[in-house]
Amino acid sequence: MGIIITRRQALIGGLAGSGLLLTGCSKIFQADALTDSESFQRVLAAAQGWTHATQRFLLGGGDMAREYDPSDISPHFKANGTLNPGGEDYDRHVAEGFVNWRLKIDGMVAHPLSLSVADLRKLPSRSQITRHDCVEGWSAIGGWTGVPLALLLRAAGIRAGAKYVVFYCADDLDGDPAKGGDQSMGRYYESIGLVDAMHPQTLIAYDMNGKPLDVAHGAPLRLRVERQLGYKMAKYVRHIQVVSDFSGIEGGNGGYWEDRGYDWYAGI
Amino acid sequence: MSTPAAEAVSETAKSDVRPRREVIHRHPWLVRLTHWINALTIFIMVGSGLNIFNAHPRLYWGQAGADFDRPFLALHAWPDWLTIPGYMDLADARHWHFFFAWVLVINGALYLAWSLARRHIQRDLWPTATDLRAIPRSISDHIKLKHPKGEAAKRYNVLQRLAYLGLLILLIGMVVTGLCMSPGIDAFAPWLVTALGGRQSARTLHFLFASAIVLFIAVHLIEVVLAGPLNELRSMITGRYTVPGEHD
Repeated sequence: MGIIITRRQALIGGLAGSGLLLTGCSKIFQADALTDSESFQRVLAAAQGWTHATQRFLLGGGDMAREYDPSDISPHFKANGTLNPGGEDYDRHVAEGFVNWRLKIDGMVAHPLSLSVADLRKLPSRSQITRHDCVEGWSAIGGWTGVPLALLLRAAGIRAGAKYVVFYCADDLDGDPAKGGDQSMGRYYESIGLVDAMHPQTLIAYDMNGKPLDVAHGAPLRLRVERQLGYKMAKYVRHIQVVSDFSGIEGGNGGYWEDRGYDWYAGI
Repeated sequence: MSTPAAEAVSETAKSDVRPRREVIHRHPWLVRLTHWINALTIFIMVGSGLNIFNAHPRLYWGQAGADFDRPFLALHAWPDWLTIPGYMDLADARHWHFFFAWVLVINGALYLAWSLARRHIQRDLWPTATDLRAIPRSISDHIKLKHPKGEAAKRYNVLQRLAYLGLLILLIGMVVTGLCMSPGIDAFAPWLVTALGGRQSARTLHFLFASAIVLFIAVHLIEVVLAGPLNELRSMITGRYTVPGEHD
């Protein structure tokens, strides 16, 4: 008798289980309604602070991102986001070989700077072969040469009270709606904290795999911040600003993707 | 505290013809509490994990891997009704995933610390030599849907022990492989990422371990239903478990 009952129970249970599953993960929990709720998002956002604090604690000793051998370099380094900023201004720079491109450094600094790519190439440089981890899940290994950002910031002289370094880019990113989420058009920009800004592997890079950066990968200058995800590594950088907070800067969250819901600290 | 074989709560036979069934206190309170938090958390982790996976539904082996590289496994995106949230949104899925990752870790640490200190793992999960010798018979019992009765039903059988220990190891594996995808953690402990075969290998293992956990849950639910869902559910909510009699 036991077997008969348990088989019937199994059938009922199985049907109930499948029904639940078919209803869908999100529907069972009202997950979509929760996702839309601002107070629930504030609860979830607390985890960003815990993760950031934990990584700050673990990486407090200035740990270096892993560096690879030339043989590890990916044959095709996927380009993502803007592949060509286009527009009259940028196209002219491409045609001129970026000889008139200027990188401005200002904000909370003692000596604002304006440097050409040639100026940057005369400064001490660092080369590193690192792995680029995209928030989407893929990775590619590439070699980068550029000026350590710390050197530029020290030359400019960071003023007391400064907390962040903001990178303004030459591209308006018109996201891909097929990727979901908020993909609205906007000026690309990014920001990092001073700990990462002063890290020896954080570069304003001008060469990739031994050649000047190509357009798809951010010509003529891009940021490398190796202990965070790819969206932090702004391409087409032309203006660096040292600030104490993000108020008044675009959406106020410290970056193009941050204004569209992504975490500001992208160490995970 | 109590183990499956612990205190019989009540129910000595009255002078009925049929003996009354024995009710024991089966699951300690902390195991019950962490079980349900874990169940909810894994459900959310799988749903939000599939949403994150959909941002790049290809898996690789090694440190690097992207569109141009040969995949270890190329899948299609999972349907929206399986994901959390129920539409494609990497930013929101990551918020769910990384909040509940903390819940999983804290809840799991609580369970592990308590279970090791109270010897729950050593006593109730770790298989004895006798258990291991009984594996073939236990497999055949499971296939025949023959469930333990009486004294044998008061303790976990060997396949249960191995399955629960396996789940424990898989969950620890989920946390480790998850952390190894973090560029920050890679800078902190590159040896750990190397041990797993690289960042993309860690992502592939994360997916495979998650698949194994989903398989565990499917079998677990089927077994609960077969073993008597009301009794099993009650024992995981209140702790009280009616021992199946020899003649049922």
